[in-house]
Amino acid sequence: MLPAGWFLVLAALVLLRTFVAQNVFVAAGLGVEIMGLVLFTRAHLVPKRGHK
Amino acid sequence: MISPPLPAISDSSQALCILFIFLLPLAMAGLALINTGLSRSRSAAHSMMATLCVVGVAAGAYFVMGFSWQGYPGLASHSLIIFGKEWNWLGAGHFFLRGVPLDGSRPSLAALLQLFSVGLAALIPLGAASERWRLRACCASTAIFAGITYPVFAHWVWGGGWLESLGANFGLGVGFVDAGGTSTIQVVGGLTALSLVWLLGPRKGKYNPEGLPAAVPGHNQVLVLFGCLLALVGWMGLNAAGSILFANIAPGRTVLVAVNTLLSAGGAVLAAAVVTRYRFGKPDASLSANGWISGLVASSAGCASVPPAAALLIGLVAGGLVTYTVAWMEAHLGLDDPAGAVSVHAIGGIWGILAAGLFTHAAVAAVASGATSALPQGGQMLAQLVGIATLLGFVLPFTYSLNWLLNDFYPQRIPPEEERHGADLYELGAGAYPEFLTHNDEFSQW
Repeated sequence: MLPAGWFLVLAALVLLRTFVAQNVFVAAGLGVEIMGLVLFTRAHLVPKRGHK
Repeated sequence: MISPPLPAISDSSQALCILFIFLLPLAMAGLALINTGLSRSRSAAHSMMATLCVVGVAAGAYFVMGFSWQGYPGLASHSLIIFGKEWNWLGAGHFFLRGVPLDGSRPSLAALLQLFSVGLAALIPLGAASERWRLRACCASTAIFAGITYPVFAHWVWGGGWLESLGANFGLGVGFVDAGGTSTIQVVGGLTALSLVWLLGPRKGKYNPEGLPAAVPGHNQVLVLFGCLLALVGWMGLNAAGSILFANIAPGRTVLVAVNTLLSAGGAVLAAAVVTRYRFGKPDASLSANGWISGLVASSAGCASVPPAAALLIGLVAGGLVTYTVAWMEAHLGLDDPAGAVSVHAIGGIWGILAAGLFTHAAVAAVASGATSALPQGGQMLAQLVGIATLLGFVLPFTYSLNWLLNDFYPQRIPPEEERHGADLYELGAGAYPEFLTHNDEFSQW
């Protein structure tokens, strides 16, 4: 999801012309990246006793 | 193709720039002392030895291939044309600095600055992975970092790449602003540190079976705090030289750069001291040191283009922020980062990039970029956001993948059973302080 968010940001720059639409899509791309970061982080959490 | 060159450098700028670049090793010394002081005494010599190795390997790898891929405006580069816009994505120079006349010209000064700053960036993961990172593995990882990861992103920001050209190509302010290397040096180093913390895992005894972290204090706060002072001098040089070479400021404006750097660091350490005083009852020295470095990190991006009051505010926010993120990452994300490198360099750096967009004086940036009128502020913020998205969406997965591959071929971590004796004994065969009683495990949860 991290690269997907980045591609969304790049696509917004290339394809969109209005400043507002670019802002919205760049924000959406960053949102996707933050979700990817959360998943990435959860995958590396230290396992606790009783958790498999 | 050849990207458009910057104007020729004046004699006074050239002399100042060389002087500032020679200050940069003090930033390395500062980070080395901080990394060592925040680790336990059983790994102190290993930390300093690794520092020397990392700086040497980084300079070597950057000399061999790094600068050829980073390039500089006016040197050869690879470009793509997509939807009618040019995307300059990689330098196309010769390896071994061939074709770069080492005569004080702009490209030669940029190469000299980068030989030092790539070493500074490579020291950041060392602090995060200390006490458990093999010496040979850290050299191999540094070679990859200095030869591939660092120059690719630095080309985009400083080598005439597509991030730098966001203003000319898409009308986003003056393009991505980062005069002193907040993104190229600090955040790239911080994200590599995060990758290594994930790949290596926490130190043995850091977390108990319930996942609660133990406090593992560093062994020498004096080293840490003295390192902060050395880092300030080095950062002044880094920010000033970067501003001359990459933001094209006049020599006189380095006064503004120095004032901004000092105010940001000062504001950050005060904020960290006050926040820890109210959270813990007394100011915390190591978190305040983290705050100081975080202020320096955040200052770099906009050091040549924000007013001094904004630099103070940038530092205050950075210093306050880092005191919370260090504890939060340790307690909730399971990140064992002895030097707080991820918080200080990655999160502090991202704040610095955002702040440069928020506070960059449009008129100042326009003059520096050669524009004839002030530029729209909103476009500048969007350019900074695109830069942050690139760091998170490209640099983090890229550096994680490279280190994951390296770890697959050559395990980077010291065997956990050897950690108890410390990296000094395992890797170097002798401790840093042989006459002192060391290896007291009262803080560990074995």
